[in-house]
Amino acid sequence: MTLVEYCRIVILPVLAFSVILILIRFFKGPSIADRIVALDLLITTGIGIIGVYTITSGSSTLLDTGMILALIAFLSTVALSYYLERRSKKK
Amino acid sequence: MNIFIGVVITLGTLFVLLAAVGLIRMPDTYLRISVNTKAATLGVGLLLGGVAFYFYDLSTTSRTFVIVLFLFLTAPVGAHLIGRASYFIGNKLWDQSKMDDLRGKYQRNSHVLKSEIDDTPEDNVDHTKM
Repeated sequence: MTLVEYCRIVILPVLAFSVILILIRFFKGPSIADRIVALDLLITTGIGIIGVYTITSGSSTLLDTGMILALIAFLSTVALSYYLERRSKKK
Repeated sequence: MNIFIGVVITLGTLFVLLAAVGLIRMPDTYLRISVNTKAATLGVGLLLGGVAFYFYDLSTTSRTFVIVLFLFLTAPVGAHLIGRASYFIGNKLWDQSKMDDLRGKYQRNSHVLKSEIDDTPEDNVDHTKM
């Protein structure tokens, strides 16, 4: 079994299963902070999936998308927690 | 070389899977934040390290290095912001947590952190009495 087949048969399904687990927490989460954490972890796992996909496809062009996703994940976390804290602040 | 890359990628995948299981199993928002910022960052760092060893040229290595550096820089800041916001909106700690260092030190209205418990108990954020 070559490395590309190993990535395609074993690694990518395990990552997809972990994405499903994170989505369960995203839909179930008791408070809105849990949903923000799940969204952040979803994007981080997406960057890992992009990395494995570059190995299976053989071209490293998609890594630029991972860079942008890392930027946007941090930006969305900061913005959501800022507005969440502003909402709880009285006057 | 391929075996080494396979081992690194398998370790990274295991850490990402453990982060997902921990996000399901952890009983508390703050413990979930700690799972998010430790295990997942290490897992994705190992996965991107495997990608850098697989392609083994300058452009791919620099791109993966930038992604990993950015994740390592922004994960603690984001975790601190979410933890602070969720402490203010009233998420309780797990009922078997031993101690809460912030109990009574955050002001409810002005969001100021004081270094000791003061004499205005109606303004203090206190999760033990809610």
